[in-house]
Amino acid sequence: MTLEERLNAVKRDNEILLNMGPQHPSTHGVIRFIVRSDGEIMVEALPVVGYLHRGIEKLAEMTPYAGFIPYTDRVDYLAAMFCNHAFVMGVERLLGIEVPRRAEYLRVIASELNRIASHLISLGSMAMDIGAFTPFLHGIRERELINDITEMLCGARLTYNYMRIGGVSNDINDKILKKISDFLDRFLPGFIEEFNRLITYNEILVKRCVNIGTISSEEAINFGLVGPNLRASGVKWDLRKNMPYSVYPEFKFEVPVGEGFRGSVGDSYDRFVVRVKEMEESAKIIRQAISSIPDGEIMAKVPKRIKPPAGEVYSAVESARGELGYHIISDGLENPYRCKIRTGSFSAMKAIHIKSQGCFIADLVVLIASMDIVAPEIDR
Amino acid sequence: MLELSDRIIEYFGLSHQYSLIVIVVLFFVYGLFALTFGSLFAGITSWYERRIAGRMQSRIGPNRVGYQGFWQWLADGLKCWFKEDIIPRDTDSLLFRIAPYLVFTGVLCTFVVIPFSPSVVGSDMNVGIVYIIAITALVVAGILMAGWSSNSKWTLLGGIRSTAQMISYEIPVALSLIVVIIPAGTLSLQKIIISQGGAPYNWYIFHNPAAFVAFFVYFIAALAEGNRTPFDLPEAESELVAGYNTEYSGMRFLFFLFAEWMNLYVIGGIATALFLGGWRIPGVSYEVQSASIWLEFLGFIIYLIKALILVNVIIWLRWTLPRLRIDQLMIMCYKYLLPISILLIVISIIFTILYELFPLLGVVVRVLLFLTSLLILGYFSYRVYYNIKNFPDKVYLKWMI
Repeated sequence: MTLEERLNAVKRDNEILLNMGPQHPSTHGVIRFIVRSDGEIMVEALPVVGYLHRGIEKLAEMTPYAGFIPYTDRVDYLAAMFCNHAFVMGVERLLGIEVPRRAEYLRVIASELNRIASHLISLGSMAMDIGAFTPFLHGIRERELINDITEMLCGARLTYNYMRIGGVSNDINDKILKKISDFLDRFLPGFIEEFNRLITYNEILVKRCVNIGTISSEEAINFGLVGPNLRASGVKWDLRKNMPYSVYPEFKFEVPVGEGFRGSVGDSYDRFVVRVKEMEESAKIIRQAISSIPDGEIMAKVPKRIKPPAGEVYSAVESARGELGYHIISDGLENPYRCKIRTGSFSAMKAIHIKSQGCFIADLVVLIASMDIVAPEIDR
Repeated sequence: MLELSDRIIEYFGLSHQYSLIVIVVLFFVYGLFALTFGSLFAGITSWYERRIAGRMQSRIGPNRVGYQGFWQWLADGLKCWFKEDIIPRDTDSLLFRIAPYLVFTGVLCTFVVIPFSPSVVGSDMNVGIVYIIAITALVVAGILMAGWSSNSKWTLLGGIRSTAQMISYEIPVALSLIVVIIPAGTLSLQKIIISQGGAPYNWYIFHNPAAFVAFFVYFIAALAEGNRTPFDLPEAESELVAGYNTEYSGMRFLFFLFAEWMNLYVIGGIATALFLGGWRIPGVSYEVQSASIWLEFLGFIIYLIKALILVNVIIWLRWTLPRLRIDQLMIMCYKYLLPISILLIVISIIFTILYELFPLLGVVVRVLLFLTSLLILGYFSYRVYYNIKNFPDKVYLKWMI
């Protein structure tokens, strides 16, 4: 029995089945929802995942450890740095390699730049789904500058392949540091304030977002939400603080949580504002990092053939979309025995299913956008 | 139009048995003129809107075809002309075919009563405003027809949304126009313009406080009736794919866009005629203006400029604001705009009676309102200046190689 037939069986006479996606302007890639709605009001929106499944986890079993890093870029194309980072961190733990401090700083700088870029897209596309086109393109404009920086840093604009097992591929120089500080000067007071005045405090956006898809902290934990979605529900959980990795303990930054800025705690507007605040915090981290970057090597001594001893490791980083974890099992050979990737978007899909019940079709769009789901991250 | 035909007959020294022919020819010419004007306006506005959007969004916009990409609208039109006219299999073919023309006709028909200058107007009928409100219902029929006949769920939702929205918002539009009709004492657009003075403080927007508010009520409601952002729910691309015109392609699709952009001029034109003094030139009386062809032309230019300023505001709103939700839209109409506009009618009646009793009061209120609006405009300009000064366009993309 297909999904449609099953839904048709439970459908009442006054309801219609709407097929939203996989080709739909606001499903952010190829995500499909089957919407059972009574006119404008939905009964439920059933997510159908798997349209972007590429079998990355299976590919990991057939690829040497170092060769798998380019594949990790494709797990989440909007925040590829984190996918790199989590994987190489796991392999380093298996091998027992100590990464040079300069490389760790470079990883933090690159990751936080990537977090800003990812949040810009997320916020912009949420605004666009609500109907405001301009904030999206303003976000794209700023992201373009970040892309230029990462292009200078590692030669790629989207799928970076920057991190290596034991360090990073390219060193930073004064020119790039200058560009980064130029960008931050432009970004932190100026752009954020402009963006807030343009869209964050816009009354129509506030009215559209408050009390839509409210997720209490208890529900959020039960859904398995991570990252900004979890923090917007009032749970102060950030892997950078709670399970420190890399050199994050050396930086001072706040973890913004949802406080019910205009409506109730954990609604779509909270998720929006939490992301805006996270961009500010990321910019602060980068400022601290580029001012105190140590000299030294950027690669540790790594054996030519990477053959970790048998064992398993779980390494997770705080990605732009929350906890991104790799569970790598090694059997002592050149390829991983198993590599399970845990991503934030997948659990968010379930929350959308539950929270979409009884709201408007227009609210579903807001809900999807506020969860910041990215299609490849769901399916891998 | 009849006056014009009389003048032409007199000018050429024809006998009056030809007057019917002259009138028919005149109507044809005027129809062609209105069609050309409307189409040109729609086309050029489409280019202009895209340029404005590009400017607001820190990008360039169309700039390849001709100077500053001016001929882009013609290129787009030609492209759509040559496109295959796809009519999906499961559609109601007849309704699907005629729906775009209904929408187009509905908007174009309003040009019959919208004046261009003292004597260039399709028909100065004495029920002009009622005619406008009635004829725009054709647009609703067309859009609902398009949504229904496409036989797609998205278009159906779009069509029904649009019907609910347009029918609801016709009420505040009509009521806010009545606020002006009360002091004017006529429904004819030309007579309303004539009864206003040329100088700004003689316009009906400053006639009494109710009219001042009614202008904004009309503007908001007309935006909603014309399906423009922030009320563009029927074609909300992020929710309903493209709303009622999802299944259309080629020239039929273009007709919907034609109607949308022509409607901008209609919104601006009606607001100009009723609230902003129409084609009146300050210090020139109606008799003098209608006697000279150059003053008539000047009146046309003034009318166009006033309407274009309003069109500019509409475009600017479109690229700034997000979209409302359907329930918020309805709440705004029935809970706010409708009671407000009814209240405005009452206030307008009271003021009109008071002015007849104390003529001096009228002058005082007009001048006060005019000064108030100047203050508001001044504050607005100051805010714009402040924003430009404090948030300069720092797009220094050049620093990246």
